[in-house]
Amino acid sequence: MKFKAVVAQTRTELALTLRRGESLLVTLGIPVGVLVFFTKINTAIPTGYTKSVDFLAPGVLALAVMSAAMVSLAIATGFERRYGVLKRLGATPLSRTGLIVAKTAMVVGIEAIQFAVIVGVGIALDWEPSGSGLIGAVGVMLLGTIAFAGFGMLLAGTLRAEATLALANGIFLVLMFLGGMAYPLDALPTFLRDLAKALPAASLSECLHGVLNGPAGRGFPTGSLVMLTVWAIVLPTLAARLFRWEE
Amino acid sequence: MTLGDTSAISVVGLEKHYGAARAVDGLSFEVAPGEIFALLGPNGAGKTTTLEVLEGYRRADAGKIRVLGLDPHRQGEALRTRIGVMLQEGGLYPGLRPIEVLRLFAAFYDDALDPTELLSRVGLDPSMKTTVRRLSGGQQQRLSLAAALIGKPELVFLDEPTAGMDPQARSTTWEFIRDLKATGTTVVLTTHLLDEVEALCDRVVIMTRGALAAIGSPRELMSRSVTTDVLFTANMPVDTLALARELQLDRQLVIPAGDGRYEIRAQGSPRLIAQLAAFLERNQVEIGTLHANERSLESVFLQITAESEVIAATETQPARRTRRGRR
Repeated sequence: MKFKAVVAQTRTELALTLRRGESLLVTLGIPVGVLVFFTKINTAIPTGYTKSVDFLAPGVLALAVMSAAMVSLAIATGFERRYGVLKRLGATPLSRTGLIVAKTAMVVGIEAIQFAVIVGVGIALDWEPSGSGLIGAVGVMLLGTIAFAGFGMLLAGTLRAEATLALANGIFLVLMFLGGMAYPLDALPTFLRDLAKALPAASLSECLHGVLNGPAGRGFPTGSLVMLTVWAIVLPTLAARLFRWEE
Repeated sequence: MTLGDTSAISVVGLEKHYGAARAVDGLSFEVAPGEIFALLGPNGAGKTTTLEVLEGYRRADAGKIRVLGLDPHRQGEALRTRIGVMLQEGGLYPGLRPIEVLRLFAAFYDDALDPTELLSRVGLDPSMKTTVRRLSGGQQQRLSLAAALIGKPELVFLDEPTAGMDPQARSTTWEFIRDLKATGTTVVLTTHLLDEVEALCDRVVIMTRGALAAIGSPRELMSRSVTTDVLFTANMPVDTLALARELQLDRQLVIPAGDGRYEIRAQGSPRLIAQLAAFLERNQVEIGTLHANERSLESVFLQITAESEVIAATETQPARRTRRGRR
C-alpha cells in the first residue's frame, strides 16, 4: 500500500463527497436542521432531561454518523461500482486495502466536519456538554462508524446502485425515528421499542446519550454498547464476505 | 513452451467457465514484446473474458498464464505497477474533471507521465471544467486511454479502444497506439473492426466460441483466404440445394452462414457469378453484398466464423460432454 496513492485517493473521495449537493444535504443539512427545528419547538423529551437540546444533540451526532458512514458512503460506492470505477481502480497499484483506508479516512473526515458543526450549533442552542463527554462521544462515534460503514458497504456491494440509493435513504429515515434521535425511544409502543433497541441506530444514540451526561441515575447503557459492538463486528464481516466489485 | 520466458504474454490451455458455459475453452497464444496484438471475434467469443484473466480480474479455471513473466492472479500486485488497462466502458469517476482523473491515477505510480501534457496529447483541453459525466463517448474513451498510459506501462490492455469514436478521433487514436509501439510498449486490444486490425496490428488471434480459430499477421491471414470462394448476403432465405444444382456443385459447397449470409466454396469465376446472379434474379432475391475471391481480413473472418457455426451445428452433444469431463 503506497502512502502517496492513498493520500490522493482520500483527497479525491473527500472532494467528490463535498461536491455532491445531496450528500451535503444528508450529512450536514438534515442533522443540523433536526437539531435546530426540534430544539425550537421543544420536542417531547424523555424524563430526566431538562432541556430538549440535551436530548437532541447526542441523538443528532448519531444521526450524523448514520448519514456519513451509511447513506453517503453507500450511495457513492454503489454508483462507483455501477460505473466500473471500483473495477478500474482494481487494475491500478492502489490496492483494495488502500481503497478501503481512503474511504475510511473520507468518512472520518466528513464526520469531523459534522462533529464541529453540530457541537457548535448545539452550544449556540444552549447545550453544555462536558469535555470528557465529548471525548467519549468521539470514541462511540468511531465504533458506530465501523458498524454503519459496514452496513453501507454491504448495501453498495450487493445491490444495484438504484436499490442502494433508495434503501440507504429509506433506512436512514426509519432509523431516525426508531433510533432515539429526534424522537424518544420511551415514547414508542413497547414492541417497537424492543425492536428499535436491538438495531444499531438506537444502540449508537443510547451510548452517545450515555457518555454525554445522560440523565443522572440511569447509568451508562452497557447493553447498548455491547449491542453496538456486535453490529460493528457482524456488519463489516458480512460486507467483506458478500461485497462484489462489479455490478 | 520455451517462448514463455521472453514473451510479453504467454497463454497455454486457458479455460474459463461460468457455470456450465465455457467462455474460454483451451486457448493458447504468445504475444512478443513490443507487438500490437488483437483479439478479434464475434460477440460472445470470449475476448473480454480472456483479457480479464490476463489483467488479473478473473482466475483461470485451467491453463498456464504468464503476463510479463508473472502469474496475473497470484502476482497481481507486482503486475499492476507495470500494466495499463482500458475497460470496455466506464471506469472513470463521473464527478471528476479530466485533469483530476489523470492527477489521481498519476499518484498511483512511482514514475508517471505529466497529466497536463498527456491530456493534450489525447486531444482534451487540460483546463476544461467539464466533468467526465458530461464528456462525449469519444472524449471519455480518450480519457480512459490516457488513464491507461499515465503510469508508463510496459503492456497495455485496450478493450475496444475506438468504440464510439468518430473517424477523425479513431485515426488519431490509431496514431497514438502506433506511437506507443515506437516506445516499445506492448499493446493487446480487442476489436470488432477489421479495418482497425488491418491498419494497426502486427498479429491477430481470431476467436470463435472461446477457442482460437486462426492466428497470424493480418497479411498471413489474408493470404489464407486464397481458398477461392464467393460470399454474398441475401434479403430472403435462399434454397441452397437448388442453388448448388444450378451451379453444378456438390451440395456441401453451398453453405448458409447465418444472418442472411451465404458462402459458395468454389472459384468465383465470371461464369459462376453469372449463374448465381441469374438464379437469384429468377427467385427474386436481392443481393446485399457480394464478395468473390476476396483477400480481405473480413472475408477470412466471415469464412472462419461461418466454419465455426457449421462445426457447432454438426457437433454432437455427447462428444462435447466427454470433452468437458477433463481432469
